[in-house]
Amino acid sequence: MVSTGPTNGSDERHPMTGNRMDSGDAAAHSWGEFERHRYDVVVIGAGGAGLRAAVAAHDAGARVAVVCKSLLGKAHTVMAEGGIAASMGNLYPDDNWRVHFRDTMRGGKMLNNWRMAQLHAQEAPERVLELEDWGALFDRTPDGLISQRDFGGHRYARLAHVGDRTGLEMIRTLQQHVVSLGIDVFMECTVTDIFKAPAGRGPGRVSGAFAYWRETGRFVVFEAPAVVLATGGIGKSYQVTSNSWEYTGDGHALAMRTGASLINMEFVQFHPTGMVWPPSVRGLLVTESVRGDGGALRNSEGQRFMFDYIPEYFKEETADSVEEAEGWYADKKNNRRPPELLPRDEVARAINSEIKAGRGSPHGGVYLDIASRRDAEFIKRRLPSMYHQFKELADVDITKEPMEVGPTCHYVMGGVEVDADTEESIVTGLYAAGEVAGGMHGSNRLGGNSLSDLLVFGRRAGHHAAYYTHRLRDDRPAIAEDDVRNAADRALAPFEIQDGGENPYTIQKDLQDVMQRLVGIIRTADELSEALVEIERLKERAKHLAVEGNRQYNPGWHLAIDLTNQLIVSECIAKAALERKESRGGHTRDDYPGPDDSWGQVNLVLTLPGGDFASPVELRHQPLPVMPGELEELFD
Amino acid sequence: MGYDLSMRVWRGDAGGGALGDYTVAVEEGEVVLDAIHRLQATQAGDLAVRWNCKAGKCGSCSAEVNGRPRLMCMTRLSDFDPAETITVTPVRTFPVIRDLVTDVSYNYEKARQVPAVQLPPRDPDGKRRMMQQDVQRGQEFRKCIECFLCQDVCHVIRDHEDNKPKYAGPRFFIRYAELDMHPLDTTDRRKLAQDAAGLGMCNITKCCTEVCPEGIKITDNAIIPMKERVVDRKYDPVTWLGSKIRRRDPRDEV
Repeated sequence: MVSTGPTNGSDERHPMTGNRMDSGDAAAHSWGEFERHRYDVVVIGAGGAGLRAAVAAHDAGARVAVVCKSLLGKAHTVMAEGGIAASMGNLYPDDNWRVHFRDTMRGGKMLNNWRMAQLHAQEAPERVLELEDWGALFDRTPDGLISQRDFGGHRYARLAHVGDRTGLEMIRTLQQHVVSLGIDVFMECTVTDIFKAPAGRGPGRVSGAFAYWRETGRFVVFEAPAVVLATGGIGKSYQVTSNSWEYTGDGHALAMRTGASLINMEFVQFHPTGMVWPPSVRGLLVTESVRGDGGALRNSEGQRFMFDYIPEYFKEETADSVEEAEGWYADKKNNRRPPELLPRDEVARAINSEIKAGRGSPHGGVYLDIASRRDAEFIKRRLPSMYHQFKELADVDITKEPMEVGPTCHYVMGGVEVDADTEESIVTGLYAAGEVAGGMHGSNRLGGNSLSDLLVFGRRAGHHAAYYTHRLRDDRPAIAEDDVRNAADRALAPFEIQDGGENPYTIQKDLQDVMQRLVGIIRTADELSEALVEIERLKERAKHLAVEGNRQYNPGWHLAIDLTNQLIVSECIAKAALERKESRGGHTRDDYPGPDDSWGQVNLVLTLPGGDFASPVELRHQPLPVMPGELEELFD
Repeated sequence: MGYDLSMRVWRGDAGGGALGDYTVAVEEGEVVLDAIHRLQATQAGDLAVRWNCKAGKCGSCSAEVNGRPRLMCMTRLSDFDPAETITVTPVRTFPVIRDLVTDVSYNYEKARQVPAVQLPPRDPDGKRRMMQQDVQRGQEFRKCIECFLCQDVCHVIRDHEDNKPKYAGPRFFIRYAELDMHPLDTTDRRKLAQDAAGLGMCNITKCCTEVCPEGIKITDNAIIPMKERVVDRKYDPVTWLGSKIRRRDPRDEV
């Protein structure tokens, strides 16, 4: 028998760790009290960015490990619905990277890192075609090409998609490709520290990472000169969110504790359409594709209110009458886009205002109606997951009645400050890609630009991490044994507290309440200051976290560790939001309602000089990178 | 509209365990996973459970609810009488790690045995062309969220540990079928499906189709067509003769 799979005779691997089962695994060696592995590149996170980074590093000849908190294939990417933005021009030949670049920059209100936005627009089409090479089955155009769908803020139909389950297709394709390449995956394994070796000068270089197996609670040490953070976002710090338990800002916090910096943390995206009822699914995402495919937003008076919320900035490209908006679906040349397809920040604010003005639906949302606008067959074919989700969880048939929707915390634009070309942070050997990286989306991300971001920058990060390790040759930074012991002590601290300890679930709930109430869609100086005081109190309480039970698959303990990351990240968001005295994209200040040109040239940079969650976050201003003239021209 | 729900939840590990009795306050519109989470947050901080999306999209929270394999996030409490006790146990086909968490590594092992897709070069313009009606068949199987409930109910392995090495199970039969139906793929996996994956051991009782939360017609659209295609190859005299006199791609000789 000749097997074509990577499992083959002596190459037997452990299914959860990917380690070779025979004793000849050069990567695993026992040293001291902990399991140890040696790799060139360790990727933290197994969503779109992490898996794409792993593939790129592997293709560049590096020994790669992927370490992820959940089982392979369950990462948050799986929940992405709409599609992957890429100017392939399959439906509109006029589309090209310059148009995509312009849309992205304008969507982010020009605060984006221009170089990232450029690379993203240029490389996205090839990244999509690559997925197809690896087995993805996208929906097709009548000519048999990859079909592309309309989304908010994109001038042309640009999103490669599979119904409304594009994220599932992407994660499965990458997962199957990673498996076929034989890349080691450490599933249900959480990284709690990144190690650095002191350098002659500067902040030191990455030397490895420390993790625990969730199944057993046992520790693992990774010796690796390059670490790629691909840990996703921070949404679990809000009450109403589309994000899962994993989104505790681990990568953001790890980066800061390692000496790297974050930018743009004040910009949090509230997706305009989350489910609002029943309570158990409050916040669950309702894809923007509903609006892209013809859905209209209405208030309790039946009015299409978005026509009242068209900002000056987008007036030129937005329909101002229902007739023109209706005409756009069939004739995009002679009509402008419906205002329902304005960028997400605009739509979320509008919905918020309608609800506040008392024109909301019974459960505190507004109506999203596709039932009266498209036939049942079309809806079921284009939006099967939405049909299923509403039917099963809310008893609503979206082919017959409108959905009730409201804003939900969805995405953080802010993240690790990286070099646009290599995705390396200011710490040598530490890379970041995907949602955990900052800069690409400026103050607001366009729908569909996330999945393409994961692929473009995941690949770049993996590639550059691999080349960095090649260039090191034998000059590999070593892990200090004291650091290993400290990391273990820190992780086990919650078991040491016997009486009167704090329940991690309670503190997490209190944090979510603070962030939702005081650092939400509409912000004021008073509330943000109050939030910082509250977060400080929660940090104090979190020094006394206690857990019951033992180390074996203990979610209470896991949360106690993740919670400290949430506290760091929440402080960053509140601090930056208080500092930025203007409204722009995903940051709206009631006391500074408009954008301010001088703030449009500034990034807020956050660091954690103390290196520990209990130490204060520091903030400084930094000028925005300046766009070259030939790109500047695109905005005249 | 809230009420106190009586629950029995299996607590234990590989060494053994028992059902624990709990009373949990629940609200209107909640699902079983909400009740489990509240239990975890207020009474049993170390209760082990897997979950991610809470929207039926990731397939993490598989368990047996009153003996029926379900996704806990898609099982609504309103389907039960408020006076009824709801019993939650881990899926039975896989070994318990702790509480509701099981060792599903069997599935990851089987996944590694499926040869990856192999496509010819792209068209001269750098793109590929496939028609919607041709990709649609494979797309049905790619809806799979890998909750492994089909594996859990498959009686070939549910109570027959000894069958596991030679049997991939329904989740992977749809993977073989998906690749087989890919309009551009060049690898023939029929013999592999039949021999190494144990397709022949399935006797189409359709238990897998019944529990699939994605409504994939596993038996009718994947397993039966695959069985037919395998038979075509095995018993078609022309194919048989061809396989004897032509030099074959060694990958065919599985």
